[in-house]
Amino acid sequence: MELKTTSALLYLDGITVSFDGFKALDELSFVIEPREMRAIIGPNGAGKTTMMDVITGKTRPDSGDVFFEQGSYDLSKLDETEIAELGIGRKFQKPTVFDIHSVEDNLMLALKNDRGVRSTLMWKNSPAQQNRIDDILDAIRLKNVRSRVAGSLSHGQKQWLEIGMLLAQEPKLLLVDEPVAGMTDSETLQTAELLKEINRDKTVIVVEHDMAFVRELGVKVTCLHEGSVLAEGSIDQVSTNDRVVEVYLGR
Amino acid sequence: MGPFPLTRLLDKSAIVFLVLLAVFAFAIPTLNLLVPAGSSLHVSTYLVALFGKYICYAMLALSIDLIWGYAGILSLGHGAFFALGGYAMGMYLMRQIGTRGVYANPILPDFMVFLNWQELPFYWHGFNHFAYAALMILLVPGLLAFVFGWFAFRSRVTGVYLSIITQAMTYALMLGFFRNNFGFGGNNGLTDFKDILGFNVQAEGTRNGLLVISCIALALSFLMCRAIVTSKFGKVLIAIRDAEARTRFLGYRVEAYKLFVFTLSACMAGVAGALYVPQVGIINPSEFAPGNSIEAVIWVAVGGRGTLTGAVLGAFVVNYAKTFFTTGWLAPYWLFVLGGLFIAVTLLLPRGIIGTLQHWHERHIEKKIMAVPVSAPTAAE
Repeated sequence: MELKTTSALLYLDGITVSFDGFKALDELSFVIEPREMRAIIGPNGAGKTTMMDVITGKTRPDSGDVFFEQGSYDLSKLDETEIAELGIGRKFQKPTVFDIHSVEDNLMLALKNDRGVRSTLMWKNSPAQQNRIDDILDAIRLKNVRSRVAGSLSHGQKQWLEIGMLLAQEPKLLLVDEPVAGMTDSETLQTAELLKEINRDKTVIVVEHDMAFVRELGVKVTCLHEGSVLAEGSIDQVSTNDRVVEVYLGR
Repeated sequence: MGPFPLTRLLDKSAIVFLVLLAVFAFAIPTLNLLVPAGSSLHVSTYLVALFGKYICYAMLALSIDLIWGYAGILSLGHGAFFALGGYAMGMYLMRQIGTRGVYANPILPDFMVFLNWQELPFYWHGFNHFAYAALMILLVPGLLAFVFGWFAFRSRVTGVYLSIITQAMTYALMLGFFRNNFGFGGNNGLTDFKDILGFNVQAEGTRNGLLVISCIALALSFLMCRAIVTSKFGKVLIAIRDAEARTRFLGYRVEAYKLFVFTLSACMAGVAGALYVPQVGIINPSEFAPGNSIEAVIWVAVGGRGTLTGAVLGAFVVNYAKTFFTTGWLAPYWLFVLGGLFIAVTLLLPRGIIGTLQHWHERHIEKKIMAVPVSAPTAAE
């Protein structure tokens, strides 16, 4: 397969994935430009999670192309670790932080660093790394709870910590799966702010059900349905689209 | 500041532990050698050897706590590494007997003469040198653990499956060492030791010396474990213990971490076994018995896993209880006591003795942190 020339950071073309004859993704195509933030919406079973799995190497597409960084890498040929090393970070739906470690240590473990045995044995906190952790703590609004164990955080705070751990890995592309599930309204608003801040220098894909949150983000929206793109555009355009209304309300 | 700042290494409980150990290492020989035998303060030579044995058990417990308490690897075969270290030391001690054996053969140990062997098997060569034996004490358990761990961790064998194959490993070794043609003295094992580095192993001075050396070895092992568990490496280990998949997803090679710590732990167990053998005067295949390894895990559980000091305390408490119960009329009930102890700890004190104390302390500190007003800066590490 030849690599394509494209300006896009992420390029999906004609991706099909089927499980036992059920087409989870059906000729899915879309592109994400560098520094873009994109919201992906869609009813249950629309293929949102499968799409994330294809991008992160968890699932191989049956057919189609997935390219990263202006067509330089073919993601369908790499495994999860290699893709993570390329700079694609993923936050899962359910926050999984290390409960027994402090907030700060969770970030320290996630920092982009040599992951080898020797380097962690000899690891010393440097001012540069401490600054990096401080910056992230600022961004995710957890500076005042930095020494608390992660297990004692609220659900919303754990989600933020997880986003912080994602940031610490310095990815080029962040995939964020349902970041505001189970959050209060004010936490939802703060998360929108946080993602907008992150978007200043990173590309972000957000999968979310919460329409108010998507509206708050104010970015281009792609609506998936039955494994392919149903509508794309601003939230107002998409939410007034007759087909979208139909699949969401089941009319 | 070096890569291991002392403040990180020595927290309050570590200092208390090391001071107590130093007092112990100083007091026991003093009370044995300087206080006259008639005095009530006198510690008998029997007790010196017994305490020396406990110290070696404590070191074994420490090695188990390092992998079980921090990396979640429950080895039920760590007695094997202990025994292998013990055999390596035993082989050195056998070679030191020389012509003082029953058959007075200058090269062959008695059991080989008895079996009509004409020459020393190749794997016994070099054991007349202490330095070589010392190297083997580290190398043999370490190599076995490395090869075993290489296959087990790469195939992602975890949890109860790993525990079962470690049991199988120690059982297989026990069967092997029971065989006469293995060349390690069969079911009698290695015994009748005369001297170590020129000192008579039976002499009071040597026994006290071995006790002190064991205490030093325990202290050094403890410091090494502290350095490991307080480093970033240690934090990765805990992350593996609590959420292995997540750690892997962060990009850590989990199997490399497990392999390193498992091998190191086996070496530590080997040294403990090597110090144990001259103090008890014998090493035989029953040291490989699966029950021994399980008992050692119980010491750690009683003291509190993931605390290091708890492992040492547990080894002392349970073994003291064992000594108490297996002498006199209580002897038949020891296994019931051990089983009961394990059930009681699991149900009533799941964190173990030290673990429970630490938990109370941490909750106290956590409350303090929670009480700090939001705007106040919290001290960085």
